[in-house]
Amino acid sequence: MTLPLLEFVRAARSAGLRVSPAETIDAARAVEVVGLADRGRLRDTLSLVLAKTADEKARFETCFDRFFSREGFGAAAPPPPPDARPAGAEPPPGDGPGEGLGGGGLAAMLRDGDRAGLASAMEEAAAEAGLSDIAVFTQVNLFTRRVLERMGLEALEREIARLDGTPQGDALRRQRDWLRAQVRSFAQQNLRLFADGDAERQRERRLAATRLSAIDRRDRERMRVLVRAMARRLAVQYGRKRWRSRRGQLDARRTIRRNMGWGGLPFLPVWKRRRVEKPRLVVLCDVSGSVAAVAEFLLLFLHSLNEALSGLRSFAFSGDLAEVSAILQGQPIERAIPAIMDLVGFGSSNYGNSLAAFEAGWMPVLDRRTTVIILGDGRGNRTDPRADVLARMADRCKQVIWLNPEVRTVWGTGDSDMLRYAPHCRVAATCATLGQLERIVAGLLRDGGG
Amino acid sequence: MAPEPRFHALLHSIEATEAGLESAGYIANRQTATAVYLAHHLRKPILVEGPAGVGKTELAKSAAAWLGLPLVRMQCYEGLDESKALYEWKYGKQLLYTQILKDRLGAELGEEPGLDAALERLHGFGDLFFSERFLEPRPLLRALREPEGAVLLIDEVDKADQEFEAFLLELLSDYQVSVPEIGTVRAAVPPLVVLTSNSTRDLGDALKRRCLHLHIGLPDAKLEGRILAARVPGIEAGLRRQVVRFVQELRGLDLRKLPSVSETLDWARTVVLLHARELDGELVRATLNVLLKFEADIETAEARLGDLLRASQQEAERRPAAR
Ligand SMILES: Nc1ncnc2c1ncn2[C@@H]1O[C@H](COP(=O)(O)OP(=O)(O)O)[C@@H](O)[C@H]1O
Ligand SMILES: [Mg+2]
Repeated sequence: MTLPLLEFVRAARSAGLRVSPAETIDAARAVEVVGLADRGRLRDTLSLVLAKTADEKARFETCFDRFFSREGFGAAAPPPPPDARPAGAEPPPGDGPGEGLGGGGLAAMLRDGDRAGLASAMEEAAAEAGLSDIAVFTQVNLFTRRVLERMGLEALEREIARLDGTPQGDALRRQRDWLRAQVRSFAQQNLRLFADGDAERQRERRLAATRLSAIDRRDRERMRVLVRAMARRLAVQYGRKRWRSRRGQLDARRTIRRNMGWGGLPFLPVWKRRRVEKPRLVVLCDVSGSVAAVAEFLLLFLHSLNEALSGLRSFAFSGDLAEVSAILQGQPIERAIPAIMDLVGFGSSNYGNSLAAFEAGWMPVLDRRTTVIILGDGRGNRTDPRADVLARMADRCKQVIWLNPEVRTVWGTGDSDMLRYAPHCRVAATCATLGQLERIVAGLLRDGGG
Repeated sequence: MAPEPRFHALLHSIEATEAGLESAGYIANRQTATAVYLAHHLRKPILVEGPAGVGKTELAKSAAAWLGLPLVRMQCYEGLDESKALYEWKYGKQLLYTQILKDRLGAELGEEPGLDAALERLHGFGDLFFSERFLEPRPLLRALREPEGAVLLIDEVDKADQEFEAFLLELLSDYQVSVPEIGTVRAAVPPLVVLTSNSTRDLGDALKRRCLHLHIGLPDAKLEGRILAARVPGIEAGLRRQVVRFVQELRGLDLRKLPSVSETLDWARTVVLLHARELDGELVRATLNVLLKFEADIETAEARLGDLLRASQQEAERRPAAR
């Protein structure tokens, strides 16, 4: 077996692995060391060199298996139909072996049932036809034809026409049909191998841009995975306590203290550094009927963020408000969401009431370093909005960010109190898709958040 | 060309690597053995990721023991920096020398006419203070200087800061570092490097690209049985199968923290200490806290104890699977 390594790397990339040129070279070196004889060993080796996360490992395995089961003419492939050469259909007497039989090499290989020969002819033709560039399923027919043409279809067709009506002609026709099916399935396998990842990525991109309230049931599972990944990404990037040293600026006080033992001789210089605070977040999430579809994702997002960020306090409200930090922390999301909904969900929202409840119970939680995020449509069913409470909250904390699933143009229409709340928020933005949510939260965390 | 390091001969095949690790008490699956084999032949570090207690640290230790190489361990933590990882100047000693030299310095400088000339003189002494004899090598430098090579374990690299990761990258790309005052230190024999991570954060792409990436997960029953046999030799075969099956079943429950290999081993040792011949309800209830660390998990397991025990008892009755 020879390993078309570059082609495999391309397949791996389209399966979603990020393979750098350096890693491609590493892979080639590694293959040189372990050899090609043992498929399992090759798999282990390439996985070590090319797949660098648990997710990539899983994708790698599928891709590897597909890649190497791809040969349409492998031992497992069916031979040409046994009736391709029915008894008594021997070439007419007088014809020496091969004589009088036209149609070129392709016809000969078909007649002889030479699978190995056909396989390598197909591989060659596929490479010439650029089959690994196949990107969408509508191209399967096109590429099938191109590969067949390069294998010598034209001469074969002429031969079939010449033998029309004879048993040999019928047999050859059946063999041609069989061959076409083989090439077709080869093209399909290539499509899966080289275009799958792209399709997956397109789907993810589409999901990230779809309105949260309009996500299809079928896509929910995928969405959950996306939300988790996103929260994790954010938490990893911004969640750790960081020191940013300001190179070259001597911290005189700490230098003297540290070098006290040596009579103040500054042997150990201490540089100034700045502590980048962990964001301190307080999140209030509307889970009332009007935003229920969105709330599920927001809660999921909170939950995922919670797994990774410490010091996050979460509250949920509709008619009334309750702290849900413990619920989100103590159990998997499948149980946490119903528990929260039991507690405060589904009612018609009363923002005024909920804000007042927050002020009465938790105001001291807020300090100058806290960022408050409110997720909701600001529709309080014509109850008193109590924007005054929000004003007091904004006074105490660093900033209030309001994320509204509705587009700006409908803020303030009907029972929306959004325009009353907005003046107290540092940012009031539309957040209807996962992509928007990620952008806003990333911006928040990057600025220190608190 | 430099002569082959002595341990090279031991790493002549993947099978030999697997057997060698086993001789040091480490049960490696094929991929783990392949990783060690390739790490040597490609001169690339291995980055081992996986949950706690699956033998990431132990892999480095066992490799060192098998290959007869010194193990140089660098435990990472938040705030770890070059001075703790690479080298530091022996300030105390420098100070002592300064004081001893003080009088002489005074005398010598006294003869100098101007400030410039005095500084010039002092400069000459600087080289003395920043020389080999005042250098305190830390793990990374020590590993580079081991004349016969070493196994360098950079443990729990996810706990260190990202800046440290960037610094490591330089070192791992050509197994050399430059100490400004002394010059470049290059490893005569590149160390076999094992980095471990419990994935508390994602490591940078650049570091990952440099390394062979090995993921060690929780073992299947067969592998765990072999690990148990190697690490707790006192346990009788029937009981061992029961323990393994019990733990494997336990991992199927919805738990906050799944028991890892280290917990299995601790539990097996406990069970052996108690002279148990087989698992029963009372024994398991009394020792479950060795396996499970959360109260809620213990409750979950106790509620399912009947099923778990039944499965493990069936396992004991089965004839040992042919291996
Ligand atoms: N494959 C294995 N072979 C032998 N012992 C193992 C194996 N895996 C784990 N162990 C044992 O389990 C315990 C935990 O391993 P350790 O290397 O400390 O875990 P980690 O570094 O992954 O957290 C150690 O006592 C080690 O000896
Ligand atoms: Mg460890």
